Amino acid sequence: MSPETDTVEEFTPTTWTGSVRKKWLRTLPPEKMLPEHQPVYVSSWIYVFGMLTIVSMLVVFVSGVLLTLGGVQWFHESSLGRFTNSLHYWSVQLFFLFMVVHLWGKFWMAAWRGKRALTWITGVLSFLGSVGVAFTGYAITTNFNAQWIAFESKDVMNAIGVGAVFNVTNLGQMVLYHVAALPLVLAIIVVMHVLLVRKHGVVPPIDAIDPQVADSTARTAEVAS
Amino acid sequence: MSRKNNDSLDYRPWTGPNRHYDILKEGAIALLVVTVLVVGLSALFSSPDDPALTFKGWATSSPDDFYATMVTELAGTSATATYGPPYNEGDGVSVGPLALQKWGGVTHPVDAAQDFVITPLASQANPPAELKAALDAWTAAAPEQQQKWGGDYSDALADPAGANGDATKVPAGEYGPVPVLSKAATDMAVSGAYDNALTGQGQFFQTDQTKQLLLMGDGTFMDDKATELNLQGNTWGMMNEAGSWPGQQWLAFASVWYQLPAFNAPDEQADGFTRTLTDNADAIIATILVFLLFTFLFTPFIPGLRSIPKWIPLHRLVWKDYYKKYGRRSA
Amino acid sequence: MNVLGVSLDGPAQYWVIWNWIQVSIPNLIMIVIMLLLFIGALVLPFPKGRDEA
Repeated sequence: MSPETDTVEEFTPTTWTGSVRKKWLRTLPPEKMLPEHQPVYVSSWIYVFGMLTIVSMLVVFVSGVLLTLGGVQWFHESSLGRFTNSLHYWSVQLFFLFMVVHLWGKFWMAAWRGKRALTWITGVLSFLGSVGVAFTGYAITTNFNAQWIAFESKDVMNAIGVGAVFNVTNLGQMVLYHVAALPLVLAIIVVMHVLLVRKHGVVPPIDAIDPQVADSTARTAEVAS
Repeated sequence: MSRKNNDSLDYRPWTGPNRHYDILKEGAIALLVVTVLVVGLSALFSSPDDPALTFKGWATSSPDDFYATMVTELAGTSATATYGPPYNEGDGVSVGPLALQKWGGVTHPVDAAQDFVITPLASQANPPAELKAALDAWTAAAPEQQQKWGGDYSDALADPAGANGDATKVPAGEYGPVPVLSKAATDMAVSGAYDNALTGQGQFFQTDQTKQLLLMGDGTFMDDKATELNLQGNTWGMMNEAGSWPGQQWLAFASVWYQLPAFNAPDEQADGFTRTLTDNADAIIATILVFLLFTFLFTPFIPGLRSIPKWIPLHRLVWKDYYKKYGRRSA
Repeated sequence: MNVLGVSLDGPAQYWVIWNWIQVSIPNLIMIVIMLLLFIGALVLPFPKGRDEA
């Protein structure tokens, strides 16, 4: 037995690092992180919407980074800037479109079953985080829409006391929230959400009969009932 | 094959049959599809960009409204001057005993008369003698005197039976420097110098637009433009976008509350329950939304709500192949 | 600026029900697409995979 060839179960950690490694490899071994198969019930188009949402988020991030190269005013002044802004605008539209369909699917599949409540919760937090990131994005477009959105939403913020520290009419503050703080928080929540799906596996069908049930007669009887 | 055994299927790691599934390939295809869609939509439809409003634009297109707004700032009766925290002292809105707006405190002080009229006018290097005298008279006067001048002139200007918004028709009276200051501010706005004064606010780097945005909302100029674009709260404005672009459909659950008659008492209605609801709409609706948020977040734990997918079995479509081959427990 | 395109610059058309449900046509289109994708995902057949034991 040596540290290089010990299996996860054999390995006895003697350091914090080793303990974290053992816990990680037990919870999320490579075959769970990057599997080549899924349970046989994962065969519906509804399952692609989580991936479509994440991929759209990626396009939102990339187009956002491209916009930062030109700065906050760029898209008013250049046609390339305007096109880049359009990429960001439409990827956000698709992002929310796919996320809503994904959410509807997960609700009607009661995907929180089997100790997957945290997966559901991180999903809801991802939605809310996305709304927050999008909101600060609208507040920094430095056009009429931004003026109006900031002017109206300040009333909601102020009504609940949040406006005292979160000033939607302060462009400098909103740019940093939109480009740095909030995307970071959102990314962390989304990563947690995806890791939880990998950890627990895709939820089995509601009222599914365990295919390992030995008695096929009993199974047929159940199907008939 | 007890019921308990089948319940635990949800909890156990799956040991049943599997199918080949390439997640990263699916991701790559999805990325390609989304990229093509985004580039295509961008090339075809572009994105909205209605130019920002300026004070020059306001004073040029609606000089009477700009003038009247300057008067209300001096009178201390404008929306900004009477807003409450975080801009100035006051009670603000509340939900019953919860006065969160007030408890937030005045963290971004705005003195409407000073910030919107006096300071920009005083920034002029060589003001005309009449303006200089008016500024001196205002600054030397006590706050009660300032309010009296402003209030009296504002009432006289707005009087529907008298001037009705026309400064030339205001009857003679004790208005102090208010008319001169308001006229000078309007002229300054038309020249564009007012925008510069309010944007920079005397600083080299200035990235906080709070003051200018508050002022922009005090008149009817910005409000009218929002109405024209269907962006008012009670016409689902929270969900809409300028022009014919799609807006924020995902905010429907928040926007719907602002449409309810309970939160839209007519201006003429002075009291009643719907008056209170309307005046405190933002705070009350925010409370409703927090409640909805917690319901949404904790759906897995809420009896009834979490059973809806079983009662309305759309899931049978998702897993029809599985049920056909391996069976489904009856209720 | 439109490369090939359709200008969406003018005011949106609205679809009004019962006087208070007012949806802009562009928003309505997005919502209809969401519903169609959801229903389609439920009913359209998904390619069968190679089953393993």
